[in-house]
Amino acid sequence: MSAAATKKAPEKAKKSTAKNIVEKIWDAHVVKQLEGHPCVFAIDLMLLHEVTSAQAFQLIESRNIQVFDPSRLLATIDHSTPTRQNRWEIYDEAARTQVETLRNNCKKHNIPFLDFDSGKQGIVHVVGPELGVTQPGMTIVCGDSHTSTHGAFGALAFGVGTSEVAHVMATGCLLQKKPQTMKVEFKGHFRKGVYAKDAILRLIGEIGVGGANGHVIEYVGEAVRAMSMEERMTVCNMSIECGARAGLIAPDEVTFKYLKGRAHAPAAENWDEAVAYWSSFCSDSESTFDKSVTIDLDKLEPIVTWGTNPAQNVGLSERIPKLETLVDNERAVAVRALEYTKLKEQQTLEGTPVEWAFVGSCTNGRIEDLRIVANVLKGRKVNQNVTMYVVPGSEAVMKQCQEEGLVEIFREAGADFRMPGCSMCLAMNDDQVPPGKRCISSSNRNFVGRQGPDSITHLASPATVAASAIAGCIKSPAEYV
Amino acid sequence: MQKVTTVKSKAMPLPMKDVDTDLIIPAQFLTSISKDGYGANLFRRMRDNDANFPMNRQEFDGATILVTDSNFGCGSSREHAVWALTGAGFKVVIAKSFSDIFYNNSAKNALLLAVLPADVVDQILQSAKNADYEVTVDLESQTVTLPDGTAHKFEYDQFRKHCMLNGLDDIEYIRSHAADIQEFRNRQEQKRFMSTRGA
Repeated sequence: MSAAATKKAPEKAKKSTAKNIVEKIWDAHVVKQLEGHPCVFAIDLMLLHEVTSAQAFQLIESRNIQVFDPSRLLATIDHSTPTRQNRWEIYDEAARTQVETLRNNCKKHNIPFLDFDSGKQGIVHVVGPELGVTQPGMTIVCGDSHTSTHGAFGALAFGVGTSEVAHVMATGCLLQKKPQTMKVEFKGHFRKGVYAKDAILRLIGEIGVGGANGHVIEYVGEAVRAMSMEERMTVCNMSIECGARAGLIAPDEVTFKYLKGRAHAPAAENWDEAVAYWSSFCSDSESTFDKSVTIDLDKLEPIVTWGTNPAQNVGLSERIPKLETLVDNERAVAVRALEYTKLKEQQTLEGTPVEWAFVGSCTNGRIEDLRIVANVLKGRKVNQNVTMYVVPGSEAVMKQCQEEGLVEIFREAGADFRMPGCSMCLAMNDDQVPPGKRCISSSNRNFVGRQGPDSITHLASPATVAASAIAGCIKSPAEYV
Repeated sequence: MQKVTTVKSKAMPLPMKDVDTDLIIPAQFLTSISKDGYGANLFRRMRDNDANFPMNRQEFDGATILVTDSNFGCGSSREHAVWALTGAGFKVVIAKSFSDIFYNNSAKNALLLAVLPADVVDQILQSAKNADYEVTVDLESQTVTLPDGTAHKFEYDQFRKHCMLNGLDDIEYIRSHAADIQEFRNRQEQKRFMSTRGA
């Protein structure tokens, strides 16, 4: 039934000193490893945002600890910020306090802070790469599970809780246990209308929401090499949705070309040395992984979720699984999910009416995503029953949209082009799908109530979101691209 | 961090797989800058939508042990999920498995997570339905003891166990290696190509 052939073959029989990329980055960051203790593990960069940092500052201040190295920290505001034009005025008192607290904390501790209208503010996982602070071989953390996005550059990047944010602030290190590793090969080529988002959704559907628990994924294969950096970020971003600790892609010419000339990328005189160092972060040919999976893209079609976790997805020609074919506890999850999403087993998704469409998030809120959406929307109108939000991932993406004339295309089509932030991906601000309404969304989670209480979310690629917004119902983008 | 010792309480069953941290505490309730107050909105969506949800039933009042299925705590890294559980009085969660980040976050907040075999968890989930199933969880001996006296051993990292029993957190341990950290950073400086300065 699926376009993806998987084989899971544990292949752990180490014979040489060959290392995979995860092991290489790990080894390069071990500060101290005592027998029976977790590793004291060095973190090269920590990104901060307003929701998961305040309590960490409180903790270090309560113990009179100085920030270890502010030049390895970078903060911005994205989660609880408004996306309307006059966003400096935050009506919600708690959200306002949260933003002001981060602004003040950064000032007090001398941490670079990307404020509104700096030209650099945006979703933390969009701005890191844009500025060139995300680089190969680094260890990167943030109090946000989608930190795995930065793995696209060959960095080991993972989400942590607020306590660990405090640990890194205080020491530049974390206590860690060495993760297991998993190799995911994407082979073949994308067909028209099928994107990186569909590939990662298919992987999650194949292995399940806990399928990579405890593992760091390396994505390999011809299809990965052919991807742009932004597509690679989409893939790595959703690694957490199958439980992976992180997901990464070995750096190559595509990576180096993306980084060159960015504000915080190495200067010209250090460039060759940096590239030589970065190039060492690749899996040796003899290296092994604890698990491996192969996904064939040749027959992959646009994927849309039907349930309340990202693994509950099907291709648009496929049907929602028959409940009796599922194992016991999967069936219970599916029954509950279908009740919530008001769908039935064995139905197809195409044609299901949607009232909302959302393009944005750290998964799919970058310029290439917005170009794809603009191409679909150009000369067409968003269906009268649909409210469409297009939320750029950063001020830089917004500016690029303005320069390329995309903003006019969105507006003429009837979409609402808004200010940058996480917006309707997690609905912490006013951007919420109303109760009972159905939204097709380029974001990363379709959990119960994720986009607002009692809202229903269908995850899809930006192209599928745009096509569905025009049609007023879930629709393949094939005929629009 | 508070010390963790022995917890004895009726078990509250949540027979669901893949309970995500959005379900534990929805994003709309994350705008506080303190660690307090999240307990009031623990499992808010399920409490609002299901009158029979265990937290809505008086007979479960005072339960400090939650029992659930597999992959509990998946999704968002929000430590607020742990603060919501501890804020609502929970001290232990028993499950078939947990997501990685949630597991780490719990250990930093004196919330004890015990992984037991699937058949044992299923048995507890079934038996605990009527709010009269008292379970004892002991970290020192790493056991969960059921009302009939059978004790089930659970795995727990010995380093973490030491921290939990003694109420220690990671910062002081890491700082005790300050000289190693400094030496590491000095060495690393030669291959450092990134600074956020000037951003």
